Amino acid sequence: MKNKLLAGPYLVWMTIFTIIPLAIVMYFAFTDSVTGSLTFRNLVSLKQYGPIFMKSVWLALVSSLICLVIGYPVAYYIAGCAPHNQRFLYMLVTLPMCISFLLRTLAWVALLEDTGIINSFITSLGLSPLPLIRNDGAVILGMVYNFLPYMILPLYSVIVKIDPRLIEAAQDLGCNSRQVFGKVVLPLSLPGVISGVTMVFVPAVSTFYISQKLGSSGATLIGDVIESQFKAAYNPNLGAAMSLGLMVLVFICIALMNRFSDDDGESMVTV
Amino acid sequence: MKRFNWIFTVLVLIFLYIPMIVLAVASFNAGADIAVWKGFTLSRYSELFRDSVLLPLLANSLIVAVLSSLVATLLGTMAALGIHAMGRKQRSAALAVTNIPLTNPEIVTGVSLALLFAFIGHTMKISNILGFFTLLIAHITFNLPYVILSVLPKLSQMDRDLRDAALDLGCTPAQAFFKVILYEIMPGIISGALMSFTMSLDDFVISYFVYGPNFITLPVEIYNYTKKPLHPKIYALFTLLFITILLVMILMNLLQARDEKRTKQARRNFSAGRRRMKI
Repeated sequence: MKNKLLAGPYLVWMTIFTIIPLAIVMYFAFTDSVTGSLTFRNLVSLKQYGPIFMKSVWLALVSSLICLVIGYPVAYYIAGCAPHNQRFLYMLVTLPMCISFLLRTLAWVALLEDTGIINSFITSLGLSPLPLIRNDGAVILGMVYNFLPYMILPLYSVIVKIDPRLIEAAQDLGCNSRQVFGKVVLPLSLPGVISGVTMVFVPAVSTFYISQKLGSSGATLIGDVIESQFKAAYNPNLGAAMSLGLMVLVFICIALMNRFSDDDGESMVTV
Repeated sequence: MKRFNWIFTVLVLIFLYIPMIVLAVASFNAGADIAVWKGFTLSRYSELFRDSVLLPLLANSLIVAVLSSLVATLLGTMAALGIHAMGRKQRSAALAVTNIPLTNPEIVTGVSLALLFAFIGHTMKISNILGFFTLLIAHITFNLPYVILSVLPKLSQMDRDLRDAALDLGCTPAQAFFKVILYEIMPGIISGALMSFTMSLDDFVISYFVYGPNFITLPVEIYNYTKKPLHPKIYALFTLLFITILLVMILMNLLQARDEKRTKQARRNFSAGRRRMKI
């Protein structure tokens, strides 16, 4: 088949602009910043960034779970609407993503600041202002806000494809609505849960803008460190080593999640 | 339960739109501080139209978004046709490559491309390689997977016999492709193109690592701005953009609804006609 050749230009493009760059990242991670000789020092020095890695993963996990808890009922509700309303609600969920996430985060800064909109409202009531910004809670809020659509959309597209006859069958066989949800809808929507969690976790664990704007000045995340290695401190070798670490971390998380879903999927079918 | 979900969905939507409301209100604020209301004014909008910095940057963003989504749509559609024709093994290898930019954190994609361009600049002795072309290349690269993943499902949904039917009815292979296959997969191509256009227009993280000082896009400039307080005319710009996107989406929604009604009507007429013929 000569049709296959149509993918040729694409594969060449991806080799040059995706695979080779990743190889260069690895090369930088394993070489010294001054002499250019082979070294493991960059990777060894990642150890001192261990707490930052842990913190990034923790905040990203919490945000993903909150997104799941908030996003599931919304996706479930949208999937149950009439087709015309479904399209409209889908549009409403995607629309905020079209507006620069930098500006939307800045709007949150304006809301949460010590002299911001919420706090001036609180002080006008005669109460003392709340510490709403420059803490982990604000970072989590920023992550949940920015990445919530990435949770709702894959969940919706899986839930909407669930055959309604399966739900009716479960009801006929005597399930109450909680059992229908727990035994039919939830297991069948698991692929959506997995892809939603992945789509929230990956950008959340690597973000640097949200933590810069909403987090405390001392609490940096992996993304902040990588960004500063390339834009301020200029040590691309260390930055590359951190990028490699981040990549491996994300890869492990995705593999774990897929594993988890596969096992569960099989047991669900046999039950 | 349904009622609870309805209320909950409305609350979540309000949550999603709070920042947009803040930005829109700020664009009418006479004071420069976003958090303090100093009275109503339209002067931000008139400043915006006389502005000579922001609008060219918006133009830059639009140029990169249009060009990168066009190239990505062309290359990606070709790639999807090619991948569709592949055997099992090659296919999963090609899809694995497609998945790399999707699963990799954006910052890693940005950093890796920055290192590649630095390397090319170093070996070819180009001192300021970062600029329009590096930005365009980066955007095409992260747009390609979206096009492929929205065209491929349309190709596998397509009836395999359609092409043969077209050939039997006297089409040349080229005509069969342009009149039948392309028509069938067009919705996928369009949604892929739209997705890459919006992704590209709003991209900050990857652009931030591959932009050069003589070609700056709007998101990058906003980031560089945020060290100092933003000028309120940016709020006016984004309020206008938001309203434009909202109107376009509503329009598309209405058109689609009308289309669906028509096809339904046509189908009903068709089956009614068939019933009559049987009699």
